[in-house]
Amino acid sequence: MRGTGAAPTGPARVVVLGAGTGGTIAANRLRRTLGDTALITVVDRDAQHVYQPGLLFVPFGRVDPSALLRPRRRFLHPGVGFAEGDVDHVDVPGRRVHLTGADGREQVLDYDVLVVATGAVLVPEETDGLAAALANGQAHTFYTLEAAAELAGALAGFTAGRLVVNVVDLPIKCPVAPLEFCFLADHYFRRRGIRDRVQLTYATPLDAAFTKPIAARALADLLKSKGVELVTEFNTGSVDGAARRLTSYDGRELAYDLAVVVPLHAGAGYVARSPGLGDALGFVPVDEHTLQSTQDPHVFALGDSTDLPASKAGSVAHFEGEVLAENVRRHLCGQALAGRFDGHTNCFIETGGGKALLIDFNYDTEPLPGHYPARIGLPLLRESRLNHLGKLAFEQLYWHALLPGRDLPGIGSPMPLRGKHNRLPAAAAAGTTKEK
Amino acid sequence: MPTATYAGRQVTVNDEGFFEHPQDWTEAMAPEIAASAGIDHLGEDHWRVIKFMRTQYEQTGSGPTVRLLGKSSGVSVKELYALFPKGPAKLAAKIAGIPKPRGCI
Repeated sequence: MRGTGAAPTGPARVVVLGAGTGGTIAANRLRRTLGDTALITVVDRDAQHVYQPGLLFVPFGRVDPSALLRPRRRFLHPGVGFAEGDVDHVDVPGRRVHLTGADGREQVLDYDVLVVATGAVLVPEETDGLAAALANGQAHTFYTLEAAAELAGALAGFTAGRLVVNVVDLPIKCPVAPLEFCFLADHYFRRRGIRDRVQLTYATPLDAAFTKPIAARALADLLKSKGVELVTEFNTGSVDGAARRLTSYDGRELAYDLAVVVPLHAGAGYVARSPGLGDALGFVPVDEHTLQSTQDPHVFALGDSTDLPASKAGSVAHFEGEVLAENVRRHLCGQALAGRFDGHTNCFIETGGGKALLIDFNYDTEPLPGHYPARIGLPLLRESRLNHLGKLAFEQLYWHALLPGRDLPGIGSPMPLRGKHNRLPAAAAAGTTKEK
Repeated sequence: MPTATYAGRQVTVNDEGFFEHPQDWTEAMAPEIAASAGIDHLGEDHWRVIKFMRTQYEQTGSGPTVRLLGKSSGVSVKELYALFPKGPAKLAAKIAGIPKPRGCI
């Protein structure tokens, strides 16, 4: 038995649940940080890694779904073990993972440190009528490969009427993706020459186009310029697939001809079956800076599986990876955790017609205009061709630099303030600078 | 910072009317905050939610979202909207004297 604080004697056992963006980055970084002092085992329920940023383009026929899949194993360091299996539950006090292997046999994995990286799952069954509507093709989504491919067919057959894009509630993966979907849909229908026959509506539970004021204004302007109607504070209570209608909890109705709904998200199912691991939504509560579980010191989490008030986005998992590996090492050596995640997120936002916006922000600083990563760089919060090219180039970077857990020159974990125009009120701006 | 007076006591609030110092809050203030937000009467179910908000805030440092409320407070999301129209989590947090629940981006 190895307790907290005791120096590791044999190799430490690190189990990483999930080989998606966060789990792959974490495992590879941990391997480099810990070397042979740790036995790292990664568990995933299947063998294929999906390039999730590509899902957005599938409905518009711009990406072949099979091109988004690669074998998970290929992106894990050769010194990292990979086990295919379904996690049944984690015995948190006993530091043990119970799973059913690909061969159907039950297995247990003991750990000194557990890294939860199983992301978020869609739970359409939590919204009245949504699961049935999705199953019957009366509503669509693009958050899984199958659904995105199905939506491609529905869009191709859509010639006139009202397309409603609806986010049921936050948190969701890539919170800008539904907005991007609207922008791309506008472009798509223009290209088909039927834009004037299609009404586009974006319905969000937020009181604006986005969470933070400056970006919300910029994005609301973009929606307007593309003729997309914005419906705010729409908290979807039920979906009537047969009548093609969304109803909010406060009784407002949105009729649609084609609905693209982003269902509620929750943590992976086993989290709820593991007392002491997650919160009521199945997300793992962690310290927002150290990424260590607030419920058990031997548990860390990153990426979409945490309860952090940061975006559920690949860039977050990337920036967290560096902090997590360092803190796991310190924890195993009985040292105080020093790695500090600041909430850094950046996202390209496709705006259609070969252009994109870029936003960059953290817990304290909202997305601001300027340039990233420094004064000379990609333009922030402004449509540009360069950002679109950046988004395209990102796929190669994702497979060959992000997943291997490499440091990207000039793109570190802490969010840079250089290059940003601080348009916040003077007092707030001074406060932000002081903290840095 | 703006101030507001509830139950005869002046408290500091932010631009949106949320308490700056949750420790300033007393139960006697709740009906007045509610009235200023358009809720004329606080019934048993309102109080159940308000007390749940306070407990959650004290335990976790932030107020729960409407989904968490629906899962853990014993009041369903549908009922929450009937009790606190428009935005139950926001409105209940305001009446409970705690900061606006931190939305996720």
